[in-house]
Amino acid sequence: MSIEIPKDSWPGEVRTITIGATAEEGGTRTSTVTVGGEKTLPFMHFESPMPYRPVVAIEIKDRKPDDWSQLLNETWGEVMENPGLWAKAAEEVGAEIIQLSLSLTDKDGNRNTAEAAVSAVKNILENTGLPIMVYGPGQAEIDNELIVPISDATKGERVVLGICEDKNYRTIVASALANDHLVTARAPMDVNLSKQLNILIQDMGLSLDRVLMDPTTGALGYGIEYGFSVMERLRLAALQGDAMTQLPMAVTVGFEAWKTKEAKVGVDVPKTWGDWLERSITWETLTAISLIETGADIVSLRHPESVKRVRAAIEELIAVPAIA
Amino acid sequence: MALSGIEIYKLLPKTNCKDCEFPTCLAFAMKLATKQVELSACPHVSEESQSLLAASSEPPIRLVSLKSDGYEVKAGNEVVLFRHEKTFYNMPGLFIRVTDEMTSEQIQKKLKPAEEYLVNYVGIDLAVDGYAIESTSNDPTKFKSAVESVRSVSKKPIVLICKDPKVIRAGLDVLEGESPLIYAADESNWEEMGEIAKNANAPLVVSSPNIDSIAEITEKLKDFGVLNLVLDPANRDLSTSLMQFTQIRRLAIKKDFRPLGYPVIAFPCHAPSPETESIQAAQAITKYAGFIVLETFSPEALYALLVLRQNIYTDPQKPIQVQPGIYEINDPKPEDPVLVTTNFSITYFSVANEVEGSGQPAWLLVSEAEGMSVLTAWAAGNFDAERIAKDVKRFEIADKVTNKQIVLPGHVSVLSGELEEELPDWDVRVGPREAVDLPAFLKQAL
Ligand code: SF4
Repeated sequence: MSIEIPKDSWPGEVRTITIGATAEEGGTRTSTVTVGGEKTLPFMHFESPMPYRPVVAIEIKDRKPDDWSQLLNETWGEVMENPGLWAKAAEEVGAEIIQLSLSLTDKDGNRNTAEAAVSAVKNILENTGLPIMVYGPGQAEIDNELIVPISDATKGERVVLGICEDKNYRTIVASALANDHLVTARAPMDVNLSKQLNILIQDMGLSLDRVLMDPTTGALGYGIEYGFSVMERLRLAALQGDAMTQLPMAVTVGFEAWKTKEAKVGVDVPKTWGDWLERSITWETLTAISLIETGADIVSLRHPESVKRVRAAIEELIAVPAIA
Repeated sequence: MALSGIEIYKLLPKTNCKDCEFPTCLAFAMKLATKQVELSACPHVSEESQSLLAASSEPPIRLVSLKSDGYEVKAGNEVVLFRHEKTFYNMPGLFIRVTDEMTSEQIQKKLKPAEEYLVNYVGIDLAVDGYAIESTSNDPTKFKSAVESVRSVSKKPIVLICKDPKVIRAGLDVLEGESPLIYAADESNWEEMGEIAKNANAPLVVSSPNIDSIAEITEKLKDFGVLNLVLDPANRDLSTSLMQFTQIRRLAIKKDFRPLGYPVIAFPCHAPSPETESIQAAQAITKYAGFIVLETFSPEALYALLVLRQNIYTDPQKPIQVQPGIYEINDPKPEDPVLVTTNFSITYFSVANEVEGSGQPAWLLVSEAEGMSVLTAWAAGNFDAERIAKDVKRFEIADKVTNKQIVLPGHVSVLSGELEEELPDWDVRVGPREAVDLPAFLKQAL
């Protein structure tokens, strides 16, 4: 019997986006990352080759965070005190992109300042040649206060600035436009809200070739099924030709997975939860793999061991099957 | 593939005799298409039409079930490729593997903790579904005693693994009256394995790295009378396995291709390490496996996989909700605080578990938010100050408390001003963003 395997051929494709710029391209990065370009569902090599592999970013902070799991503090150790060294260490353990999340306050509890944030970014750029993404603390006013000067100070580097949300995107988008950067647009687990935000951003004159989207994923056990299905639907819509969904997806898996109780807490939890460290890494890894298989193009992770496991799995997934 | 009402109508006698108690054959056909009546209600259908209609009402993926004393593990009956299109129905069973070259003590030592394993997730108890016994010795006597060792620990359903029919027979001898899964038939042994499966009334796995040959063997077995089959496209790397599982699912569902219309089994147990094993198992859960055989029993990996399976098989049409209302945690008194959250069950359980674990008494107001989490509900306009105030009144909370202290989730701190306006005589506080930080908040901030 020779079965005719049905092959989907889709009218649409995901945009191809490059993050970071080398010296020739007007930046200072020694490498850049290109994602997107998919013409079919993830890893369906028999239908269409996967032009670019999903990539792993490591999330770091501009100072040692107060609320990260003790397990992460133990792994990264001293470098957490210095974002440049942290970025360098992240590169050494396999990061392909550095995703900096800015803190709301300094270590004494005072509001973070533009000077401090800019100097953290410069420190990172000096210590790693990888492309970077910079996300604000997540409150409109201070996000804009910090992101705009960073954007000005890194003109031409093709940094991904974020996070644009429907309540606060104008300032970040305008600044990305002025300085030749990119942005991430985040909507709360809803296909239509994602599309709407992309339209608003495009209306401001920023080409969608400079926009990544983050549909908000949830973590394993905490709503991943919603993120999973929204991502599947977005990718299907993109392939069906809906231009407002044809953006690579960048998701913050480390952030989601490490705020769960499973990863954060090691004492007074059920014995059936097993070993704390291994559980946390598994939580982050499985959340990442499940989302990569729905179409995530960039996953930001926190633990080096998860990075290792996820990169190995990606390596296996991008290999074209011998029988395809 | 399911026929439309019109297609069914063409197969009926078209006499409008009303014996089925419908006014016309067409009316009956329409009801039949939506499965609201049985075909047998029409006494006049020809035999030919009957068999055509029966075939069309079969599900695209056959339901296969493993049975043992008091347990059943089912797979199949799936109708979609993506869970948002409807839902995934039968969660893949998770089986832990042992071999017949392990001693009886080793088997018991490995399986006892697996058998006792029970983990609670959002109010649901999750456990291992059964065990796989592989003959690595190829010795019927050893295999038989391995099956006996497993049965001394557990009554759960079993997968018997060996390509040698003699060995399988020895294992089956121990499992009188059960329907274990037999692994496996291939090009060389399908006839003998088919015979065994038929006699034992047990489902049979068909294994080949090539899906063309899988389809050939399932057809032969079907003609031979073995209908309960499971497929093993025997490629273990993530990429090939993802491709083949997807191709099989598509052929079954989109093309109604019967020779591959059976559940699929995955073997992460062959992975080179426990880390890669859990990744393979996760892929099997999200991408179409009906049965999954694991080598490693480790609580942390198993917990993650069981939760993933629970999440993926949640019906997307029905967000899992809890009843809105006022919940008492740790026997609250009138002076204790009122905590607000939404009726999305994962949110509710995270909050309730933390408060309970903290030992601090509190009232938990579960607000009607269409079963969404705090942030999502707020973004969708289903969780705002007006609604919370309405629920405070609806559940008559002011009559239960004296301090009138109400705590908002940190994610919606922006609502505090409006809520103060809506509830002027209440003390509105902002709590932490994440449930996990509640115990510290209850102890220190209130
Ligand atoms: S009993 Fe059969 S033939 Fe008679 S009306 Fe109903 S469907 Fe038609």
